[in-house]
Amino acid sequence: MKYLGQIFIILLVSFVGELLNTLVPLPIPASIYGIIILFCLLEFRLIPLRAVKETGDFLVSLMQLMFIPAAVGLLEAWDVIAPNWLSYMLITIISTFVVLFVSGRVTQAVIRHSRVKEARHE
Amino acid sequence: MSEMIVNSTYFGVVLSIGAFLVGRALQKRFKHPLCNPLLIAIVLVILFLLVFHVDYETYQSSAKLLSSLLTPATVCLAIPLYEQFELLKKNVKAVLAGIASGVLSSLCCVLVLALLFRLDHASYVTFLPKSITTAIGMGVSEELGGYISITVAVIIISGILGNIFAESACKLFRITEPIARGVAIGSASHAIGTAKAMELGEIEGAMSSLSIVVSGLLTVIGAAAFANFL
Repeated sequence: MKYLGQIFIILLVSFVGELLNTLVPLPIPASIYGIIILFCLLEFRLIPLRAVKETGDFLVSLMQLMFIPAAVGLLEAWDVIAPNWLSYMLITIISTFVVLFVSGRVTQAVIRHSRVKEARHE
Repeated sequence: MSEMIVNSTYFGVVLSIGAFLVGRALQKRFKHPLCNPLLIAIVLVILFLLVFHVDYETYQSSAKLLSSLLTPATVCLAIPLYEQFELLKKNVKAVLAGIASGVLSSLCCVLVLALLFRLDHASYVTFLPKSITTAIGMGVSEELGGYISITVAVIIISGILGNIFAESACKLFRITEPIARGVAIGSASHAIGTAKAMELGEIEGAMSSLSIVVSGLLTVIGAAAFANFL
């Protein structure tokens, strides 16, 4: 019964997310509403962690598999990309690594800065 | 054979999981970043479809079981986020500064490169949401008048790049704090990168999950502003 209850809650939250996505005129997908709803349910103690834990961890551990069908769909998009593939690939690759570098280094710098400050106070 | 494939409910799922397991085995054996299970699975499935003349529609409809679990699985990213919430609160300034700078650098980078490669307005806005999760990115691209199918393609490629190279790139850029690694991976390559961040550690996974949500929402606003610049 444990898994039945867990899968019910997870699918119910996904369903409510889907409803919000249809009703609210914003480009916010069901999954983002869902993360926010499930987080609030847990954080405000409306459901305990054990009500979703095992099934949730299981689904997250399989997440990479779920991207395979969409990624194979790149095959279909190739015709539209082909004429400009080099510039498109360069933009995608360069900006991905720039974002990784900037966001990571900024986060790290702020963490270390506040650590130094804390150490001074002690 | 193709007849049997067309009528099967499980063919796509079995093919995808099988290909992923081959990728896993190769990764264990060779430990090279390019021996990435997701990348290998995608390549193997594409090869299979081309060699046996199975069209994408057929594969996709029999792999539906996998794609339809994506929303519930993404919803469950709330669990690591909840478990690491104390740590997040302690570092809220760093995390938000990191995500916001990531969004801004993504938009600026696309603008500069679009000018460099002389893209027209429609192609430019197509790339603005490239670092965020597919479902939000598609909406943004549509709203701004971009080419949705190209947006989806570059979003997926950004994700796969993160899935493959995030670990080595963090090393190269000397990003060693687990929180910073998570923010970097989530901001640069959304859920596909996050799946990898989960393997690196619980903190990485939680921060990467948060970055998907926050950078997605910030990009909705930021992209609308940046669309006016070219």
